Amino acid sequence: MPEALALVLSLLALAGTLAAAVARSRWPIEAIAAVAAAAALVAIGALTPSAARQAIGDLGPTVGFLAALLVLAEGCRRQGLFDAMGGLMAAGARGRPRRLLALVFVVAATVTAVLSLDATVVLLTPIVLATAARLRTDPRPHVYACSHLANSASLLLPVSNLTNLLAFQASGLSFTRFAGLMALPTAGAVAVEWVVLTRFFAVDLGRPRRARAGAEERPPLPRFALAVVALTLAGFAASSLLGVAPAWVAAAGAAAITIPALVRRTTTARTLALAAEPSFLVFVLGLGVVVRAASDNGLASAARAVLPGGVALPELLAVVAVSAILANLVNNLPATLILVPVAAPSGAAAVLAVLIGVNVGPNLTYVGSLATLLWRRVLHVEDHQVELGEFVRLGALTVPAGLVVATVLLWFSAQGLT
Amino acid sequence: MRALVWIVEDTWEATVAEAAAYLPADAEVTLLHVAAGDVESLAEGARQGLLGRRRHPGPAEPPQPRAISDEAAEALLTDARARLGREARTERRRGRVGHEVAAAADGMDLLILARDGDHSRLGPRSLGPAARFAVDHAPCRVLLIWADAPPGLDTIPPPPRHH
Repeated sequence: MPEALALVLSLLALAGTLAAAVARSRWPIEAIAAVAAAAALVAIGALTPSAARQAIGDLGPTVGFLAALLVLAEGCRRQGLFDAMGGLMAAGARGRPRRLLALVFVVAATVTAVLSLDATVVLLTPIVLATAARLRTDPRPHVYACSHLANSASLLLPVSNLTNLLAFQASGLSFTRFAGLMALPTAGAVAVEWVVLTRFFAVDLGRPRRARAGAEERPPLPRFALAVVALTLAGFAASSLLGVAPAWVAAAGAAAITIPALVRRTTTARTLALAAEPSFLVFVLGLGVVVRAASDNGLASAARAVLPGGVALPELLAVVAVSAILANLVNNLPATLILVPVAAPSGAAAVLAVLIGVNVGPNLTYVGSLATLLWRRVLHVEDHQVELGEFVRLGALTVPAGLVVATVLLWFSAQGLT
Repeated sequence: MRALVWIVEDTWEATVAEAAAYLPADAEVTLLHVAAGDVESLAEGARQGLLGRRRHPGPAEPPQPRAISDEAAEALLTDARARLGREARTERRRGRVGHEVAAAADGMDLLILARDGDHSRLGPRSLGPAARFAVDHAPCRVLLIWADAPPGLDTIPPPPRHH
């Protein structure tokens, strides 16, 4: 098959897979679409079976790692960790909205870094909304903080974002080295969010208040869950010294928090299987094969033409900009799958620059990516009117500044790298 | 007399206290809360942005944003009615806040609301967008209250000097 035709067909398959992922359906159509698209590309010869097998083999460990992290986060929720954090934030705020926002920043950044952005979006955001409501204050700044930090604070650890997991192996870094290089960029991105959000919402946060709070709830901190998370983190840090893949540490953490619950029958195997999101895992594997087909048939060389090669500051800034734009056009998972293999030969700093772009960039458009937003509009799946102006204005204020600050700090941190 | 009292989280006690002090004993009171739908949409939208993940809450998941804010609004209105200390209807709405308040004021004789804007610089912006809209468009008289102490005359800036 001519390469141009194979490329066009691969891109069509990619578009179809993404459209299926955006549509709202009771059925796991995105997994079905991804597998069907991958199978079709192999059948017509756009990708050889061995290349497809290799793509699946490359992604397999990452997908297993992700499943373990999802089960770990679900275990923390089941043990009441997020409810307890809600109680702590409510008590610590002492009725002052600005103090509450500071606590939301600390908690959301920590949860994102340690338990991944999924945990912040799915498990923490409802708790923050309920906490603001209980304190009788406007939830708007606090919900925005969750939504933004789920992206901005997801730079820190390989486990903070699926994009990091996808790039972790290609970066060639150990868990602790990754964290060390990303510590300053994460702090910079979070600081930009704090400066912009406290100014943007200054009136809401400084409003004269006369409001007794609702009934107080102080659920106890679940010590067991905290201990499992702390030990898992310590295991990640020690993994390179011990020569163990971090995925096994995550699996051990997931088992530690799950097995007692299964024995005591406080959860069921079905709930656990759902928490690991099997259809999403299949979707990622299928998407990986489809992107590999597109990359092998010319998309990678196109990306190579756009992505600069070096790791000096101007080149890193350009890599970040390209990554952020692509993440907003096609969502950050496919953007990572396309760009990381192209950036990897330039070294770890270039891979981390891609991650800054695909992780912080999506705040530009509130639902994670412009593609998601536009697709949803096109497909008429939005069942309520969304006021876009505020989301986009806040994104325009935080994203460019966050990208530049994080990139400069990455460049500074990476000075020791050769 | 039919009076609508608009209850907002940060200022609810001040507004209810004012209503209790100034409304005549025979006034029919309605306590109104309006949920801003876009905050709930933001929380739900972030979830939709997780490509291919968790489009539907699982059986063991926390309640969803809309349910959380409905429950909170109900609890707030219950507390407000208790603080008012007299018979009152309650009404919950959702949507563009200013528009919903104006619509709820239809057929009322009086709307009571608190200033919700920037009080560090007293001027046009001491009303936020929602209160500004309600004051401009409510089809009835409006009683505008301060959640904090009313300002002294010394907050008025000196007139510009002419040369």
